[in-house]
Amino acid sequence: MQKERLILDRTLPVLAIVLIILAAWYVGAFFMNAPFQRDLDRRANVTSTPMEFLQKTMAQPKPVLPAPHQVMQNLFENTVLRSLSSNRSLIYHSWVTLSSTLAGFAAGTLLGMLIAIGIVHVKVLDRSLMPWIIASQMVPILAVAPMVIVVLGAINITGLIPKAFISTYLSFFPVAVGMVKGLRSPELLQLDLMRTYNATAAQTFWKLRLPASIPFLFTSMKVAIAASLVGAIVGELPTGAVAGLGSKLLAGSYYSQTIDMWAALIAGSLLAAVLVTLVDILGRIVGRSMGGRPA
Amino acid sequence: MILFRRSWQGLVALALCFAALPFLPLLDPAAPAPFSTVTTALVLLLLAGCALLSLAALPQRLLAGILFFGVHLAAWLLLSGISGNEGMASASFFLLIAASWLLAWRCAGALSDIRSRSPLENSFMRLLIPGIFGLWILLLWETATRGAGIPFILLPPPSAIGVRIAGSLSILWADVEQTIFKAVVFGYVVGCISGLVTAILADRIAFLRRGLMPIGNLMSALPIVGVAPIMVMWFGFDWQSKAAVVIIMTFFPMLVNTVAGLSASGAMERDLMRSYASSDWQTLLKLRLPAAMPFIFNALKINSTLALIGAIVAEFFGTPIVGMGFRISTEIGRMNVDMVWAEIAVAALAGSVFYGVVALAERLTTFWHPSNR
Repeated sequence: MQKERLILDRTLPVLAIVLIILAAWYVGAFFMNAPFQRDLDRRANVTSTPMEFLQKTMAQPKPVLPAPHQVMQNLFENTVLRSLSSNRSLIYHSWVTLSSTLAGFAAGTLLGMLIAIGIVHVKVLDRSLMPWIIASQMVPILAVAPMVIVVLGAINITGLIPKAFISTYLSFFPVAVGMVKGLRSPELLQLDLMRTYNATAAQTFWKLRLPASIPFLFTSMKVAIAASLVGAIVGELPTGAVAGLGSKLLAGSYYSQTIDMWAALIAGSLLAAVLVTLVDILGRIVGRSMGGRPA
Repeated sequence: MILFRRSWQGLVALALCFAALPFLPLLDPAAPAPFSTVTTALVLLLLAGCALLSLAALPQRLLAGILFFGVHLAAWLLLSGISGNEGMASASFFLLIAASWLLAWRCAGALSDIRSRSPLENSFMRLLIPGIFGLWILLLWETATRGAGIPFILLPPPSAIGVRIAGSLSILWADVEQTIFKAVVFGYVVGCISGLVTAILADRIAFLRRGLMPIGNLMSALPIVGVAPIMVMWFGFDWQSKAAVVIIMTFFPMLVNTVAGLSASGAMERDLMRSYASSDWQTLLKLRLPAAMPFIFNALKINSTLALIGAIVAEFFGTPIVGMGFRISTEIGRMNVDMVWAEIAVAALAGSVFYGVVALAERLTTFWHPSNR
């Protein structure tokens, strides 16, 4: 019974919307590719029936908007059929992006947690650092990414670290803010209880504040990992299109390989979805093993 | 009566002053314009005196005031002496800068301990304490770049960036006009309004909400910036393609937050509206939209940063010869790092002003919310 409700309430509407999007995509592909196809036909002196014409708009090599099946085909070819070491394999490019995402995410989470612990325990830091952490996010770091890459490249730091640096910068903020909220979430009553136990600040931290902050930590880690992926992708743009999903996007835009671009975009989206889901699952496991009740 | 106050910053600063003595003079002996003995002595005396005072049990206000002026005078003397002698600072110079940084920390600590009843003084403190922190980031940056002689390409000193900003105001203004006043503003307004309208529609039609919400949540985690090259291909090099990227980036946060906000009003309040026999639209306009305001403003704030990022990144994929993203990517190619930093500073300033305007609007419209009282 419950399962039926799940399908009816959850799956059906999502499926319907996805189908509507796909249909709109096909219609859009037709209308956006039609002018060019008409031009091609006129030059080649071909008159095609409407059906043929429709098929042609869906099979251009460099369409303005590739049809979904073209993208899916490209995605399939470049992941399953391509060898992993190939330069065209999307799995290879995804791995390059993923490695710097994870490095940046780990560093960013650690940095965010340290900052949060400092802010909660040192009053001067709370009053002087917090406004600057918020202001730091006003710096459009993605815009600065090319400079970070080029400048670090000038002192022979290339490859993973500069990209991971951008991911770190993007991911520390949500973790720091969420963690401060989490470390401050224990109520006065609970803090007072710790005081009556004569607990030291360290004991209060390990036994009360830290456990209380775990749900907040995982919520912000989900935001952080999505942000680090964006950082890694944008970090790959200025490296001269060497490797990674970002460079795939850039190369696609240089050579008008629209299908490649869309495939890279979809691959990036899949990666993001998988990463966020993984963090979510990890959060659930940790929450359950700590004895938390499912909310 | 307490004569002393424990302060590790003061003790360490005092120790640093003594540690600096054997490494004198402040600059390398080959420096063309060395510090005069009087200046060196003055700096040392100022810092040692401040360090000693910070251990004394003075009233917080007095202590903070003395430290503020003493420390910054010393730091100013040190930094102004470095001009003409870039990269020639000796160990004692850095030790003294470190000592003054610690004392500035002590000063900020004293300031944050002040409990004041006047709201004016409190808001002044809220500006002053982070202000000291920011000032010291700039000071340490300046010291590191000019004192240690870090190559200009790697990290230009803030003073050079300031000079650059002052020298190329017209270029910067043209870039701001292209990127912010054309692309960002248009995209932000259209993206936020369409997100809001879709959210209201989704709120009316349960089927649409159930279908759209998971997709909306997923979309806000995706690297949407990646559509930038596609948009540039579709809408051309000018600001329209950047506005399109901004619209897509701002749409989903607005949608998700507004739908969450529309369910924020309590059952009791809705029942009250029912007992007034108010129509659905009346309930929406008079109860649920106002109740959703904090959520909507949250989305507006998130979007203010996203919009700026989207527009600048989209410019990397092709622009007319003006715009902040264009300037950053071309000037870095020409190794004009100071111009890039100037552009970054302008972008940060514009972002902060944008955020500030949204935050101000929030305070004016949702003054009733607990977080604003």
